[in-house]
Amino acid sequence: MVQELAEVDEILGKYGGDRSALIQALLDIQRENRWLSKDALKRVSQEFGIPLTQVYHISTFYKAFTLMPKGQHLVSVCLGTACHVRGAPRLLDRVIETLKIKPGETSADMRFSLDTVNCLGCCALGPVMVVDGEYYGKLHGNEVGQIISAKEIE
Amino acid sequence: MPRLSSATYLEKFRKEILDHREPNKPCVTICSGTGCHAYGSEEVFGGFVKEIQRNGLKEKVDIRRTGCHGFCERGTLVVIFPEEICYVGVKPEDIAEIVSTTLIENKIVDRLLYVGDDGNKIVRESEIPFYKYQSRIVFGNNRLIDPKRIDDYIALGGYSALAKALFKMTPEQVLEEVKEANLRGRGGGGFPAGIKWETTRNAPGNTKYVIVNADEGDPGAYMDRSLLEGNPHSVLEGLIIGAYVIGSHQGFVYVRQEYPLAVENLNIALEQAREYGFIGTNILCSGFDFDVKVHRGAGAFVSGESSALMTAIEGSVGEPRPKYIRTAVSGIWERPSNLNNVETWATVPLIINKGADWFTSIGTEGSKGTKIFSLVGKVNNTGLVEVPMGMTLREIIYDIGGGIPGGKKFKAVQTGGPSGGVIPESLLDTPVDYDELTKVGSMMGSGGMIVMDEDTCAVDVARYFLNFLAEESCGKCLPCREGIYQMLKILNRICEGEGEEGDIELLEEIAGVVRDFSLCALGQTAPNPVLSTIRYFRDEYEAHIKEKRCPAGLCKALISYYIEPEKCEACMICLRNCPVEAITGGKNLVHVIDQDKCTKCGTCLEVCPPRFGAITKLSGVKMPEPVLQGAEVIRKRGGKR
Repeated sequence: MVQELAEVDEILGKYGGDRSALIQALLDIQRENRWLSKDALKRVSQEFGIPLTQVYHISTFYKAFTLMPKGQHLVSVCLGTACHVRGAPRLLDRVIETLKIKPGETSADMRFSLDTVNCLGCCALGPVMVVDGEYYGKLHGNEVGQIISAKEIE
Repeated sequence: MPRLSSATYLEKFRKEILDHREPNKPCVTICSGTGCHAYGSEEVFGGFVKEIQRNGLKEKVDIRRTGCHGFCERGTLVVIFPEEICYVGVKPEDIAEIVSTTLIENKIVDRLLYVGDDGNKIVRESEIPFYKYQSRIVFGNNRLIDPKRIDDYIALGGYSALAKALFKMTPEQVLEEVKEANLRGRGGGGFPAGIKWETTRNAPGNTKYVIVNADEGDPGAYMDRSLLEGNPHSVLEGLIIGAYVIGSHQGFVYVRQEYPLAVENLNIALEQAREYGFIGTNILCSGFDFDVKVHRGAGAFVSGESSALMTAIEGSVGEPRPKYIRTAVSGIWERPSNLNNVETWATVPLIINKGADWFTSIGTEGSKGTKIFSLVGKVNNTGLVEVPMGMTLREIIYDIGGGIPGGKKFKAVQTGGPSGGVIPESLLDTPVDYDELTKVGSMMGSGGMIVMDEDTCAVDVARYFLNFLAEESCGKCLPCREGIYQMLKILNRICEGEGEEGDIELLEEIAGVVRDFSLCALGQTAPNPVLSTIRYFRDEYEAHIKEKRCPAGLCKALISYYIEPEKCEACMICLRNCPVEAITGGKNLVHVIDQDKCTKCGTCLEVCPPRFGAITKLSGVKMPEPVLQGAEVIRKRGGKR
């Protein structure tokens, strides 16, 4: 926790208490720590001089922020319109079956988190799944098991 | 690199760049937009660097990573200049052959060429039908520049429009040019940019802001991302010109954090622009100061609405606010703020350089210039296309898009994202034009063009969009928050087979309230997908409600997978692939799907060999009696039945 707050302080140092940069600071903290802990939010509230409720308001309004830690591997399935029309819901069903968690959840062993995204902008590859920043396109569903198993070994 | 201190110096510098470049020197360009990146373009780039080095060609051949070319269906795209040889679907394994055959022996690698419908192979990129019918005045430079190198942009004439505006025109003259060009907002609203600029310019107050809206939230639309990734300077140049007209010294670019490459390239472009003196104090020694801040979005569709975006820039939650006073007069921190879309800004330098007369010669009476669309969904040539306003949907989908894959029938094209509607086959000759598209119940929108075929369910499309909007609604106003939710409940019931008489009329009634009384455009346009699907596909709604039948065979609750006993050849493929082991049978035993176990995943239909075609989807009809246990597949002598 000390380590985590040290990282938060470093990030906040960049913004010099500029209130309009609140969302930017939270984005950096989310990326660094993979979540926004209560302590991190309290620190942000102090540094920016913004009430904690307002900081929570922003943290819960935007999809990029999570108040629970994310797993080691991040799996996103695109549900944009083009992917939808190409069968993304079916792909999502297979991913849910394989990971045994629903979108927004993290597996109990903290290995995998699953999210849906509303358009990655790779519509030619639809339906698309991203695992740890790697894109997998034109998926039928059968490949999901293999992709996830490969990650499990990592 | 010392700052460029005048327009003359800029021209001198441009000439120096061009003098150092040999126009006929071979150059391998590799498309490195996010789409091709997903195909592995980084590996392809790395492979070329190594292979060219290995063959001692490092001094003789340039390699350039460019922005998105647009033909995303065929990535990774590699185009070799000066001949403009276009290779599609390039993988790392192909590199050695390309280097030895094309770069060393000056011959073509046939198997990597695009093959036309007539079977002919096409060598030059611009002759490929996908590109041939387009008019890539804004997007075209993407393929020629490395977005991380400002010199590439300058070499093509970049920032000459800015120099012209600053030194040869007054702000009023620039404004007149943009007004005469009738440049309408490319983000979806279609409001004349010149009039918005004028309002902001004339608004009281000394501190004014200009903003680039790069929060491209419509699912399926990625034009702005590719422009910002591939040619960020074109957007910045337009922004600085706009700031000059309006009298603004501070600009913002609000960009989705889901676009990391766009954020990266934008930041690099800003750094380089500052270094060269295009941004900062005393730009090109004109006396004009202007700087830009980048603000990342954090994942909220509604924050792309202009007043919401401005609230987010202030550091608060990005919710829309009532616009009794236009944001052009009272925007960020209640100061006059002019917001325009990425594509709108990128069009400005062209208008200044080539003039309003040239711009208005393209397009229709009410819609001038070109528009970039993301042509996606059930279409052969998925990608980004730029066409003159007035081209018909049919031409875009068939001539450029190559029609519908798999021999399926076209059903509808959806434009305008969640704010738009569907356009059926009977209206395919509608020209792409702000007003014409609104007349048929849709809208131009930001440029998403989603093609749908016979397997797409119109009711499901409406449900999809409402589901999206229900999640994205900020919740502030009742008509939107409650109205969308109630419409979604009705649509869910209909798709689950629990539709009731009167549902369609109820949907229409709620839609009217949501449309007329919501605070912002998210709510006001939310009913469009529902109303337009009812307008053109009412029969599908009625089939779902009255017959519990999904004509497209999509809605899971209304379909059943069935193996036709006469066609089943007992090959066991579906049996083995069923993820929930719902199929019983065996060698020489007709396979049967247990409807209670079946999850409707569709795997069996996909894997059943086409020559048997034994699996079918039934909807709205009674399931045939199950085959008796142990019914054998009777085989005639010779193996055929």
